[in-house]
Amino acid sequence: MGEMRLIDAVRDALREELAADSGVFLIGQDIGVNGGVFRVTEGLLEEFGPSRVIDSPLAESGMVGVAIGAAMNGMRPVVEIQFADFIFPAFNQVVSEAARMYYRTNGEYSVPLVIRAPCGGGVRGGLYHSQSVEAYFAHVPGLKVVVPSNPYDAKGLLKAAIRDDNPVLFFEHKLAYNTVRGEVPDGDYTVPIGEAVVRREGQHLSLISYGLSVHHCLEAAETMSAEGISCEVVDLRTVRPLDTATLLESVKKTGRACIVHEDNLTGGVGAEVAAIIAKDAFEYLDAPVQRVAAPDVPSFPYSPTLEDALLPGPADIVRTARELAAY
Amino acid sequence: MPDNGGIDRLRDSGLDAHDAQQIYRHMLLARAISEKSWLLTRQGRVLFSMPCDGQEAADVASAYALDAAIDFIVPYARSLGAMLVKGMTSQEVMLNMFGKAADPNSGGRQMPMHWGHKKLGIISMGSSVGTTIPRASGIALATKLRGENAVTMVYFGEGSASEGDFHEGLAFAGVHRLPVVFLCNNNGWATSVPVELQSAETQIAKRAQGYGFPGVTVDGLDPLPVYQAVRTAVDRARSGDGPTLVETNTIRMMPHSSSDDHLRYRTQEDLDAERQLDPLPRFRDFLVSAGLLDEESDQTLREAVDQEVEDAISYGDAAPSPDPATARNGVYAP
Repeated sequence: MGEMRLIDAVRDALREELAADSGVFLIGQDIGVNGGVFRVTEGLLEEFGPSRVIDSPLAESGMVGVAIGAAMNGMRPVVEIQFADFIFPAFNQVVSEAARMYYRTNGEYSVPLVIRAPCGGGVRGGLYHSQSVEAYFAHVPGLKVVVPSNPYDAKGLLKAAIRDDNPVLFFEHKLAYNTVRGEVPDGDYTVPIGEAVVRREGQHLSLISYGLSVHHCLEAAETMSAEGISCEVVDLRTVRPLDTATLLESVKKTGRACIVHEDNLTGGVGAEVAAIIAKDAFEYLDAPVQRVAAPDVPSFPYSPTLEDALLPGPADIVRTARELAAY
Repeated sequence: MPDNGGIDRLRDSGLDAHDAQQIYRHMLLARAISEKSWLLTRQGRVLFSMPCDGQEAADVASAYALDAAIDFIVPYARSLGAMLVKGMTSQEVMLNMFGKAADPNSGGRQMPMHWGHKKLGIISMGSSVGTTIPRASGIALATKLRGENAVTMVYFGEGSASEGDFHEGLAFAGVHRLPVVFLCNNNGWATSVPVELQSAETQIAKRAQGYGFPGVTVDGLDPLPVYQAVRTAVDRARSGDGPTLVETNTIRMMPHSSSDDHLRYRTQEDLDAERQLDPLPRFRDFLVSAGLLDEESDQTLREAVDQEVEDAISYGDAAPSPDPATARNGVYAP
């Protein structure tokens, strides 16, 4: 047991799976000698060699297409897309091929593939190094979409993703890599994909979130607690498939729900969660379901004054929570 | 009198009399299935078809150069001839054409002629062309990483060679010297768009130079040069020397699909002239001149092929449709 950064937990998961299964290999840009631009794969080339840690040409569709082929031929590839913002050239390979291979072959071919990508803003990365792209993929039947909030989950969920026989999109918030620390046990464990967890128990309202935003929710819950409002924080961990039982149980208890994500509002994961609550917890609601999300702006702009004006944070959650509590 | 020059040509291509007869039979079978499938669409009994008429020599002879037991094929919709050589039966093809539950390609989930047959090493294709090309490189990468001996061959048209995935798949295979053969059927047409509107350089094989491996163009209407070129490419791949791009110049005697009317963009004169190049009578004449076939044995063979396809149609038509209760099954692997 030791405390580590989220980035170290991701690296440990990769290292342990590479060591445990000769079918696992990594492919991505700059992941070899350079150890990845965030250093997630640092040291892995030296440890496992160039046939297990493959520096890809600068071609996202090609590397995902190659990985799909390898997955269909008995391997368990893990692709690193350098920034989630650059996944779109591979969108067709992910959506038209990987996601529907099992269905379209009537269960003959599966695609055990993981695509990892650093996502999220707050690092002054501008329009093309700051996006959250999970909603595009959460829409797609056949995909699983995971967004861990802490080192324990990151390691356990990534191991589960690598061992899963389906294509899994795994989004790591780049601001969380070095700022979010937590206890991670020694040895092998997995965290099941598709299971949410209650991070903080509360009575008056449910804050439902995933990824780095979970920490903003916990901070907001602390603030609200001082005002006598008890917030429950639900960490979805997986945005497809959604753990509807856990989130509904929380909302049925509190009667008030606010979904929080850094991705922009319209068509985001929050919309789906809100629809589920509206259908299956309608009679328990004491207030309209609320969402805290980035506004519908293309992505976070570069200048700190501009980015800070758009990033949803604890203060936004507190403001909405007060409205909900007072309703 | 047999023309010994024909036998010499055959031998020079690496084939013997039995091979030639097998290739001819598969060409006839592919044509018969293609023609009868077309008629089934006109009758409304089958809802979609993509004829392969005109490229039987290219598809059959190229697949014949593979080791059917261990090698992989990544097909496209016009690869019927290659599917038959790889081991798909006429009955399986007809289960696919009729979209039946027992169709090994997709159990009726995909449109007809969207091939994929795991037991035969046929990698599933969808309708988004070109995505198969990096997939083939990935199949070959896995083979190479495990130190196995299999070769992967991916078929596509010259239209698909305009997709970015063509470039990305070939570039990757070149860098890693993967055991893969890229087989481009250049029939001059991507639905209605002629190859001159795909690229100012219409010879696709030249692009291989840009990826650091050989590219060859052969007459795709004659099985012998096709077999010879692909066999060389397969041997090269299997021995660890990397990929080859083989371009077979073929013809498209029929519309793009059963939903297409090629007279909207081609003239009858053009189609009539192209029909004169039909690879089937050409190869039959070769076999006759080489003393490997005569009028009677040809007739017997054609009747047998015709009967095989008719039986397969009856079988496919009568087979059970997928149960609607299964339509939501299998979105995720367990």
